[in-house]
Amino acid sequence: MKNLIRAFLAVLVVSIVCLVVINRLNASAGYSSANTLTVYNWGDYIDEEVIKQFEDETGITVIYETFDSNEAMMTKIKQGGTTYDVAVPSEYMIQKMIEEDLLIELDRTKLPNLKNIDERFMDLSFDPGNKFSVPYFWGTVGIVFNTKMLPDMDFNSWDDLWNPELKNDILLVDSAREVIGMSLNSLGYSLNDINKDHLQEAKEKLNTLTPNIKAIVGDENKLLMMNGEAPVALVWSGDASEIMFENEDLDYSVPEEGSNLWFDNMVIPKTAKNIEGAHQFINFMLDAEVAAQNTEYVSYSTPNKEALKYMPEDMVNDERFYPSPELTDKLEVYDNLGKRNLAYYNALFLEFKMYRK
Amino acid sequence: MENKVTRNLYMIPYALWIIFFVIAPILLVVYYSFLDIEGNFSIVNYQNFFTSTYLKMTFSSFWYAFLITAISLLVAYPTALFLTRTKHKQLWLLLIIVPSWINLLLKAYAFIGIFGAYGTANNILEFIGVGSQQILFTDFSFVFVSVYIFIPFMILPIFNALESLNPTLLDAANDLGASKWATFLRVVFPLTINGVKSGCQVVFIPALSLFMLTRLIAGNRVITLGTAIEQHFLVTQDWGMGSTIAVFLIIIMFVIISLTGIRKRGA
Repeated sequence: MKNLIRAFLAVLVVSIVCLVVINRLNASAGYSSANTLTVYNWGDYIDEEVIKQFEDETGITVIYETFDSNEAMMTKIKQGGTTYDVAVPSEYMIQKMIEEDLLIELDRTKLPNLKNIDERFMDLSFDPGNKFSVPYFWGTVGIVFNTKMLPDMDFNSWDDLWNPELKNDILLVDSAREVIGMSLNSLGYSLNDINKDHLQEAKEKLNTLTPNIKAIVGDENKLLMMNGEAPVALVWSGDASEIMFENEDLDYSVPEEGSNLWFDNMVIPKTAKNIEGAHQFINFMLDAEVAAQNTEYVSYSTPNKEALKYMPEDMVNDERFYPSPELTDKLEVYDNLGKRNLAYYNALFLEFKMYRK
Repeated sequence: MENKVTRNLYMIPYALWIIFFVIAPILLVVYYSFLDIEGNFSIVNYQNFFTSTYLKMTFSSFWYAFLITAISLLVAYPTALFLTRTKHKQLWLLLIIVPSWINLLLKAYAFIGIFGAYGTANNILEFIGVGSQQILFTDFSFVFVSVYIFIPFMILPIFNALESLNPTLLDAANDLGASKWATFLRVVFPLTINGVKSGCQVVFIPALSLFMLTRLIAGNRVITLGTAIEQHFLVTQDWGMGSTIAVFLIIIMFVIISLTGIRKRGA
C-alpha cells in the first residue's frame, strides 16, 4: 500500500513539473493568442508546406490539430476547452453549427481572395450568402470499382449496380442519405426528395439490390477495397482518390443520373481568439497558387477556379474528380430536411438493412 | 451505536454509486423513451416498437443471442469438464482467460483479416482443396466470432461449479452402480446447473445487444437491438426511439434473470 501511494505521488509530482515546464516554454516562445492560430482540420487534409509558407509570411505560429468526424469536432468546439480559430466542417454540420450559434460571421473585406472561388460553389443552401463559411474542398458520391476484378464493366449509371453478375460484390456505406439518395437518383428523383411515395419506391428498389450486397460498412470499406476484398463500393470521391492512390486497379465513376455534391468548408468558430489571424489564414488558403499546391497534395477537388490554372492539366481534366458541366448540373447538395424527414430516411434505411436476400 | 454509524458511513459510496450510476440513468432512459423526435411528450416510440420492423429485429436478436449462447454452452461445458481433470488447471484456465484481456475491436479487426477473401481461413480452404469461400459478412462469421468472444465467460462459472463439486459424490454414484453417463446426467449436471445458468446469463444478455460486431463482422447483414440503439443515438439523433429500445432490453433482461434466477435449494 505504501509503495502504491509513493508511486502515485511520484506520478503526480512529475506531471505537475511537466505542466509548469510546458507553461514556461510556451511563455518564453511567445505563444499567446495574438500570434498563434489554432487550425482544426481533418487528418492529412493540408499540405504542411503551405502552413510553413503562411507562418513565414505572417509571423503567426500555426498549431494544427485534427479530427476524424464532424460530430467529434462539433462536440469539442461546443465544450470550448481549446481556442480553435479555424475549423473545417462538412456542409450539413455547418448548418447545425449555425443553428446552435457556434460560428462567427466572416468579414468579407478581409477576404479579397474570395473572388477566386467558382460561383457555382458559392451561396449554397447550407449557408446562403456564405456568411459563415468558405468552401475548402468539394467532391461527389460515386462508385469505386476494381478494373482487374471486373475487366469489362463500367458504372456510368446507378442501375449498373443492379447487374445480376455482381452477386454478393457490392460494399455500401452505412449512411442513410447516401444509400437512399443513390436509389432516388437512379429513379430520377432528387436527393432531397421528401415525397413518401418516392422514398418508398426507392426503398423497394434497394431491396432488389440485396442479392448483390456484400456488406454495409463504415470506414472499413477503404481497407476492404484496397485489399481487393470486394470489387465495387459506394464511396465519397475523397475516399476514392485516397484508395486509388494505394491500389492502381481501382477506378472511380460518378453515374450520369446525378449524385451528391459535398463540401468541406473553412469557418471561424465562436471559440476563436485570433479572429484577425483566422481571416488572414482563410484568405491565404484562397490564394490561387497556394490552393493549387494544397490541392496537388490533398488530391481532392478544389472549388478555387483560379487555382486550376496552376495545376497539372491531367489533374484538372480528370472528369472523375472535375466532372463535366453537364454532370455538375445534376449534382445536388444535401438540404437540411429536418429531423422528422431525416428520421423517415433512417427508418427506411433500417428496414432495408433488415431485408434478407 | 458507534457501529451503526460507521456502517452507515460505509454505505455512502455504495448508495451514491447506485443512485447516480444505476437508478438515475435508468430513470433518464425511461424519461427519454417518452419523448418524440422533436422533444414532445408522447408514446409514439412505443407504438413504433410494435411495428413489424422492431418486432422482427427483436426476434432476430433473440435468435442470434440464443445461437451464440447454445453454441458457447456446447463448447464450454466439455472444456470446463476437461479443465477440472487436467494437471495444470490454473495455467489452462489462464490461457482461456487471456484473450478476454484484449480489446474487442482489436479482435474484430483481426477476424476481418483472418476471414477475408485472401485471409488465413481461405488460404487453408484453398490448400485442402475446398476452394475460396465467402466467410466474412455471413451469419456464420458473426456467430463464430461472438462465440469466440463470449466463451471465457461461459467456461468460468461452469468450471467453478465443477470445482466445488464434492468428488465423493461421484464415487457414491459409481458404488451404487450408476453408469458414467447416468452419473453425469443425474449427479454432475444437476449439481452444476447454477454455473450453467449464470454462464448463460452473462452470455445471452450482452449477446442481445451486440453492436460493433454486427457491422464489422456481419457487414450489417445482422441487425440487433443494439445496432438500432447505436444508430438512433449517433446517426438519427432520435434519442427517444433509442431509449425505448433500451427500455425493452432492460425489461427483457429482468425477465431472463428472474427466469434463470439462482434459487437456494431447500430454502
